[in-house]
Formats: sequence, C-alpha cells, structure tokens
Amino acid sequence: MMAEENNIESREAQIAISSRVRLARNIDGIPFPTRMNAGQDETIINRVWESISQSSEAVSKNLVLMKIGRLDPIDRQILVEKHIISPDLGESKRESAVIISRDEKISIMINEEDHLRIQCIFPGMQLDDAWQLCNKLDVLLEEKIDFAFDKKLGYLTCCPTNVGTGIRASVMLHLPALGMTGYIRNILEAGGKIGIAIRGIYGENSEASGNMFQISNQVTLGQTEEEIIANVKNVASQIIEQEKLLRRELYNQNPYRFEDRIYRSLGLLSNARIMTAEESLKLLSDVRLGVDMGTIGGINMETLNEMMLVTQPAYIQRLAGKTLSPDERDIRRAELIRSSLRND
Amino acid sequence: MLCQQCNKRPANVHLTKIVNGSKVEMLLCDQCARGKSQLGFGGFGPSLNINDFLSGFIGLSHIDIHAEHVPKEACCEVCGMGFGDFGKTGKMGCGNCYSKFGEMLKPVLKRLHGNYEHTGKAPAGISKVLEVSREVERLKELLGKAVQNEEYEKAAEIRDRIKAVEGGLKE
Repeated sequence: MMAEENNIESREAQIAISSRVRLARNIDGIPFPTRMNAGQDETIINRVWESISQSSEAVSKNLVLMKIGRLDPIDRQILVEKHIISPDLGESKRESAVIISRDEKISIMINEEDHLRIQCIFPGMQLDDAWQLCNKLDVLLEEKIDFAFDKKLGYLTCCPTNVGTGIRASVMLHLPALGMTGYIRNILEAGGKIGIAIRGIYGENSEASGNMFQISNQVTLGQTEEEIIANVKNVASQIIEQEKLLRRELYNQNPYRFEDRIYRSLGLLSNARIMTAEESLKLLSDVRLGVDMGTIGGINMETLNEMMLVTQPAYIQRLAGKTLSPDERDIRRAELIRSSLRND
Repeated sequence: MLCQQCNKRPANVHLTKIVNGSKVEMLLCDQCARGKSQLGFGGFGPSLNINDFLSGFIGLSHIDIHAEHVPKEACCEVCGMGFGDFGKTGKMGCGNCYSKFGEMLKPVLKRLHGNYEHTGKAPAGISKVLEVSREVERLKELLGKAVQNEEYEKAAEIRDRIKAVEGGLKE
C-alpha cells in the first residue's frame, strides 16, 4: 500500500522534471541566419567561440565547441533527443555549431534561427538558477560582442515572437493524472489566454506522449525577464497543485485499481521482449507516477530518466553501436529497459 | 499488394498514424516505412509549411502589405528584405529591418505581445542610458499629472528631479 502522507509531499517535487531558459541574440550589423551571405556563418561561429575561449570566467572553461556538420547523424539526433539542440539546428544546411558544457546544463546554439540561442537546462523546478546562468553567459558574451539591440524594442530577433527580452522560460512537467482524466485539455486552453503556452513534448496525444508537458511564456516584449519567469513559475506551480490534488483523488477513489495499473505497467516493462517507443513512454509515465506516490519503491530517478532516453531512437542506436531497423530497436529497447530495472 | 508510396515493392508494413486527431492507415514496404519511422529528423510525414502556418498564426494576414503608406519597393538596405517577404515568412532579415519597417510592425507586435516597449535588461553599455530615459519618462508622466491637478509645488520638485537625473547621465 501507499507510503505515509508526509513521504508523498517530499516526492511530489518530481512533477517538475526540468527547467529551461533560453535567450535569443543576434550580432549587430550581420543579417540573421536566414539572410546571411556565404562565409558569415563561419565568421559568427569563430567570433562567438573566440569570446568564450578568451573569457576569464570560470564557466567558460567547461565549454566545448561542436560543429554540427562534422557530427554523424546519430550523434546529431542524440543532441536533439536530449533537448540540447533543436531539431532545426540538427538539420541545418548552413554552417552551424553548438557550445556545450560538460554537464550538459549549458548549450549555446550558433546559427539556428538567430545567431545565438543561449540555453540552460536544470533538473526539477529551478528556473531562477537557469536564468542566472543564462544571464551570466549573456554578460560574458556582451563584453566582446555587440548584440542587435533597440532602445524601444530591446533585443532584435529573427522572429518578432521573440523580440524584446528574447527569453523563453519553460518547465517540463509530468502530468499523468491530468492526462488520464482529460482535464489537461482545459489547462491547455486556459494557458493560451494568459500568454502561456502549454504543449505535449513528444506529440499531441497526451497518454502516448508519456504525459510530459512543457509550460512556457509566449510574450517576450513589455515584461522584464524576472516578471516572465515569475509568471511561468506561478502557472507551473498552479498546474502542479492541480496534478497533486487529482493524483490523491484518483488514488483514494480506488487504491487497488490505481496500484494495479502501476504494477501492470511495471510488469510489462520488466518482462516484455518487444517495446515500441510509444508504449514505453506510456508505461514509464505510470511507473514514474508510482515512484512519485511511493507505490513502487526501489527505483530511483536516474533509472527513470535513463529509461526515458532509451525510448528515443538515436540513443538506442548509439548504445548498440550500429544502425537498427525499427523492429530491431523495439527488441533492443525492451532489453535495455529490463536490464535497467534489474540493476536498480 | 504493392507499397502505397512507391508502388514498386511489396507492402509488408501496416502503418497507422494519428494526424490532427484523425487516423491515417497505410500499407508500405520496409524502405518507405523506414522513411516515415521515428529515426529520421523529418520522420513525421510531409509536414505543413511552418512559415505559412506561423505568419497566419501571428496575425500577418491582417496586415495590408499593399496599403498606401507602404512604398512598393520598400526594402531593407542591409539585408535586402522587403516587407512583402516578411508577410510571407513572418521572419525579419536583420536588425535594421526593425527600424525600416517599424511602423508597419506595430500591429504585429501589439497582437503578439500586447506591447511595443522593452522593459527588460539591456547590454551593459546601453543599460545606464536606458535606465535614465525610462526614469525621465516616468517622471514626466508624474509631472503631467501634477500640473493637471494644479499641484505646482510638487511639479517644481519633479522638474528638478528630472534635471538631476538627466544631469547625472552627462557626468
């Protein structure tokens, strides 16, 4: 049966999976990537990398530069799957690059839609920390580079949706109770009305996407960075409260049914021989819920996160060391998940 | 049965996709199915033109790019983009486009952000100047109110503060 009430409280923090802040910046006087001349793409990569490598700040010492064109397709897609680079950058035809920190918290995309996309990802609900680190990198770069900035409009970006602060603050939330009851639809609608975007991360169908949702600001002009972050945090906290309430209600309505669902999912993950990405995302959502609620013990967050990566195609192929057909991937995925659960 | 995509190889994969909430079923050969699988970056079938979608979404369809105040050949001197290009893609070409098309952009920005004015951080070199001009603007508003309410003593005080703030910048 379920663990003590106070134990649940401490575990519920796990609803927020990760926090991300990104700043869009462009170098003054050079057209945005879509309208750059030949050679300017290379110039930008060099200028950015130079200003980072010449900086005396400790943070710059942990950064490495990777040119996207030189990575093999699987490595590129792993970066996409880990949300370190955007799918657009992964496919980019122009010279593009990413600067990554060893702990993968920092990634600076170069020549995506804007010259620079400074991004910081932290686990759990840590938007303030992510913003502070982003800001630090922004200040560091500004010592050497003049960014396109207008006194009225702020930082100028390729898409007017980002102009002003150029900030996108987002929190990834795991919302199985809202997802399975369908209440998530009301939340999706409400978000749009207050300038907050809420969308499924792995697709529109919430169950099939592992009930992972991203909450982010839409407005970037006319509010300060701190106001935007506070707004996203506030909405995310309210959604988390709703999710908590609903989780308890679902459990209390029928504890046996609740636990049965979770243990069935765990059973499938522990024993199945073929596991599609879609099925594994759905089952992992149940198991994560079980761990959060204290129904299942002995599975730690690292194992859960590792299994999330295994749902993605490129990561599996990297582990296998070769290209696999979709059928082969499903078999391999089932093996990897079984072994993660055994080791735990 | 032949693959519904290439019409050459025998179909041996049954693919079901949910597109915008409706179910689409296809019989494909191995090769074509792989193209549609999760591996490829573009593996989600023929996607919609994201730019067309965006420009509709951010309300560009409401801008009359043929309006009289838009000169026919209005092009940005730096990157060569015309306002018509913006109408199609929803994207700016460079920083200069913002000043070139400033007035025409206002309705777009209003729709997107409900606002035209940046209040967040600025590059170090500019932030001091910006801070002062924001403060002066705020004080001028107060001054206007004070005069309107015939609070002349208060108005004089505010006027002195404006001078002091502006003077601080010159030093």
